[in-house]
Amino acid sequence: MTVQDELQQQVEQGCQAVAAAADLAALDQVRVHYLGKKGVLTERMKQLGQLAPEDRPRVGALINAAKEQVQQAIEARKDTLQSAALNVKLAAEAVDVTLPGRGQRSGGLHPVTHVLSRIEALFSQLGFIVAEGPEVEDDFHNFEALNIPASHPARAMHDTFYFDAHTLLRTHTSPVQIRAMEKQQPPLRVIAPGRVYRCDYDQTHSPMFHQVEGLLVDEQVTFADLKGILDDFLRNFFEGDFKVRFRPSYFPFTEPSAEVDVQCVMCGGSGCRSCKHTGWLEVGGCGMVHPNVFKAVGIDSERYTGFAFGMGVERLAMLRYGVNDLRLFFENDLRFLEQFR
Amino acid sequence: MKFSEQWLREWVNPAVDNDTLSAQLTMAGLEVDAVAPVAEAFSGVVVGEVLQVEPHPDADKLRVCQVNIGAGEPLGIVCGAANVRAGLRVPTAIIGAVLPGDFRIKKSKLRGVESFGMLCSAKELGLAEASEGLLELPLDAPVGCDLRAYLQLDDVTFELGLTPNRGDCLSVAGIAREVAVANRCAVTAPRIEAVAAACADTFSVRVSAPADCPRYVGRVIRGINPQAATPAWMVERLRRSGVRSLGAAVDITNYLLLELGQPMHAFDLAKLRGGIEVRRARAGEKLNLLNGSSVELDGETLVIADDSGAQALAGVMGGEPASVGDGTVDIFLESAFFAPEAIAGRARRYGLHTDSSHRFERGVSPVLQRDALERATALFVQIAGGVPGPVSEVAHAEHLPRREPITLRQARIKRVLGFDLPAAEVGDILTRLGLQVENAAENWRVTPPAWRFDIAIEEDLIEELARIHGYDRLPSIRPVAAMQMGAVGEGQLDLGQLRRLLVTRGYQEAVTYSFVAPELQQMLDPSLQPLALANPISAEMAVMRTTLWTGLVQALVYNTNRQQGRVRLFESGLRFLPEASGLRQERVIAGLIHGDAQPEQWGEAVRPVDFFDLKGDVEAMLALSGLDVAVVAAAHPALHPGQSARIETNGILLGWMGALHPAVVDKLGLAGGALVFELALEPLLQGRLPRFRELSRFPAVRRDIAVVVDNSVPAVAVLAVIRQAAPTSMQELKLFDLYTGKGIDSGRKSLALGLTLQADSRTLTDSEVDAALDAILAALKAELGATLRD
Repeated sequence: MTVQDELQQQVEQGCQAVAAAADLAALDQVRVHYLGKKGVLTERMKQLGQLAPEDRPRVGALINAAKEQVQQAIEARKDTLQSAALNVKLAAEAVDVTLPGRGQRSGGLHPVTHVLSRIEALFSQLGFIVAEGPEVEDDFHNFEALNIPASHPARAMHDTFYFDAHTLLRTHTSPVQIRAMEKQQPPLRVIAPGRVYRCDYDQTHSPMFHQVEGLLVDEQVTFADLKGILDDFLRNFFEGDFKVRFRPSYFPFTEPSAEVDVQCVMCGGSGCRSCKHTGWLEVGGCGMVHPNVFKAVGIDSERYTGFAFGMGVERLAMLRYGVNDLRLFFENDLRFLEQFR
Repeated sequence: MKFSEQWLREWVNPAVDNDTLSAQLTMAGLEVDAVAPVAEAFSGVVVGEVLQVEPHPDADKLRVCQVNIGAGEPLGIVCGAANVRAGLRVPTAIIGAVLPGDFRIKKSKLRGVESFGMLCSAKELGLAEASEGLLELPLDAPVGCDLRAYLQLDDVTFELGLTPNRGDCLSVAGIAREVAVANRCAVTAPRIEAVAAACADTFSVRVSAPADCPRYVGRVIRGINPQAATPAWMVERLRRSGVRSLGAAVDITNYLLLELGQPMHAFDLAKLRGGIEVRRARAGEKLNLLNGSSVELDGETLVIADDSGAQALAGVMGGEPASVGDGTVDIFLESAFFAPEAIAGRARRYGLHTDSSHRFERGVSPVLQRDALERATALFVQIAGGVPGPVSEVAHAEHLPRREPITLRQARIKRVLGFDLPAAEVGDILTRLGLQVENAAENWRVTPPAWRFDIAIEEDLIEELARIHGYDRLPSIRPVAAMQMGAVGEGQLDLGQLRRLLVTRGYQEAVTYSFVAPELQQMLDPSLQPLALANPISAEMAVMRTTLWTGLVQALVYNTNRQQGRVRLFESGLRFLPEASGLRQERVIAGLIHGDAQPEQWGEAVRPVDFFDLKGDVEAMLALSGLDVAVVAAAHPALHPGQSARIETNGILLGWMGALHPAVVDKLGLAGGALVFELALEPLLQGRLPRFRELSRFPAVRRDIAVVVDNSVPAVAVLAVIRQAAPTSMQELKLFDLYTGKGIDSGRKSLALGLTLQADSRTLTDSEVDAALDAILAALKAELGATLRD
């Protein structure tokens, strides 16, 4: 038997042993047996010195080739065994991915906040800034400066909560207009959201609700701009190409004044309960700032004109989300609130 | 303002249907709230004459009547109404009639007697909500005439929601004016002719408050028939305007009020003493009013008095003593112009609001009084007979409202409306509205008519132009403005960020009332005397909250009563703090947690929320702000004394957090407690601009120590001592465990702390780190009596 044959035989035996190794430990024993410090092939290499010098290179190369073959078989087997072991581990670690996730569940914002944020976002695109004012107001800002002197019949339209003769809960967000104009000369672009109060409580009235007021004062502001901006706003707010209607109306602090109606967003104008079968929904009041209001805050009404508008936030929320009872907004029933995440 | 279409069409009759009419009114600023038929649909009802009434043989309460319906044999009809009697004219539903509610009349037998129809009450015809007995028609009602035709029931009622500026439209006449303008047609007003005096009787009138009452017209009418019945047409018109018939004298004055807009008053002449004086009331003067109430008057109230005292609240309501009654035969009829300023607010002051005060407050035409009186006189004579005396009038021209000319500039119209309204249309619109228009170059001089109290300045005229031109025809454009960026402070937080943070942490936003029950307010914040409403809507909403906890705990109770076991709520808004310097309205954000720490879920141990859950949420908000805060144990009356803390920043109180006091929990009837926080928003929203710090390229060393201190030593003290004693290389200090129990003396606790040290310019050596720890331990021992845990 030649050296070559012997080596061939050893390699074959080694490969069989590798294939028979059932796990990484067994495989390692095979490796030690053949390639370890005292392994059979290692020993052969050590005995190379006993050969004739001219044979050494050839035999050495043969031994190295044999070692290489065994080594490769071991590596291949090792990969197989390792991936099998990994598969077992992965299988054991599998979870039911359909079980609910853990941890805190998100809450949600109040629908009034949703609507107000939306209004603020739409108007801030046009450079309106948010202004706020006190809720306990004085008679001057809530009435006098808005061209509503004492015993004006329009005061009867505002069922006012009083603290004393001069202090009250604001009945609308319009006093914020006054405060904004007192603070700053035009140009002014202001949006004023907030709580307002009326002494009225039944199915369709809440003693506290929210309004949002808008004010734009500049040198070239006209009623046409007012129509344009509210057309734009209502279509964007309700996300539809709804018709908008302006009707003559009366507010002491605007002249001309208008009520704003939007084509019923529930029925599209064909008539339903929400629009009382008129096809229109009243969403707010507006008008050109009355010269007496400019006078009260020291703005020259010959130089500047302006418009103001006000809308009921709960009303918009009811139309937007289909809420059918105003009182739900203040009961804070979680089953209601959780619908507005 | 409510009126029937037929009445309006008597005054103005454009060739448009009532839908168009309704749209025209609404678009003219006279909003139509409702259009309703004056009677429900019914058919087959005629005027019947009861010829004979006999008892029913088998029923005590039924009668058998013979009813003439004008054609054929009289009908035998069984009737149960108490007021049925021979001679009566009543609505008679014949066989085949259909009454409201689809009630069909067929031949029937009532207790064995055949009945060929039904005699009807107003209710059965849908003409009234309730009625007693049959509807009695006037004795001249034409027998056999269809009732709908006779009562003109094919008519609709318009109901307008008028704005306070349009007092001139609180009458059929006023609305007719507007309809005529819209349709370019004429008003066909009934002719008003002076009724000549038939006797010389007068009653003296003295006006001592001429500014309040610039015109007072009156006359005596003697010998009216107190039992005179109001004619059916007038009763119907009043009914269609929502006014009940109350006898001829009252009906006639109400009719004039609705038709011309002139409130009038009839006094029983026999009950007046001396003469009429229009004056301010004497303070303390008393008057019993027609509505049965008694008022004590103040000196700012205008009254109509006689020699014995006040007899009427001028322009508001008559007094009981001189009122017209069943026995009144002689009357004194008043038709006055009271200045709006003299009436405004007076009715409210006495808790009254009448059709009369409603009109005078808004302005009644100052030239209407004599015409109204003449028309009323004519109606009195026609309906109740009577002999009128001469008209007496006291007028103070200097106090009558003067309509000053207003300059209207063409350029201003464009400034306000955004387009050029042709000059011809300007003149046309204003003239149609009854304004006097004088042309000047580029401008007009315009004088409003007497009946318009709402036109005083140029803008008022521009509104009229816009209104009649049509708001829907005005241009709509996108505004143009100079683009300018606003200042946006990067260090400033907005409320939205805090809200979203809380939402992410499981909170639901609430909106609760700003006014609350005083008891609840007292329970949660007893140290403050809250601002109280003078006219609260209920005791539950009587004082302004000084903390948002009031609303949140109410919302909690509401929800736990509805089987909600886990509640997390927050709210932002104002609290109202009465302070020596005045009321402080402070924006705050507050929250409340109740129930389990986590939503019910698998794989997590269930435990109720505690102080540190709440504190974690509060710290997360504070971390957003970057404020330097201190949490200090402190007592609050609403909070558990061992679980409550003040949150301070640089010594300023930022807010409170803690568990609700068990006594409060008990009073609220809550199962399980709740934890609450409230923080002032303004300081919280002061954010911080991030500032970069160089990163060390050298390794960090972490050492953990456990130190034992007395229970009374707060964790924050231990941390402070460590920070004080640590070298500057300490990057992080974490408290990661708290232990008491076995192995630790009672009364002491073990705190486990992790310190991370790292130098910027080199690798720290073990001996450096050891030295640092030794120094820290020494400081802890010296200052807090801390020992290293074995």
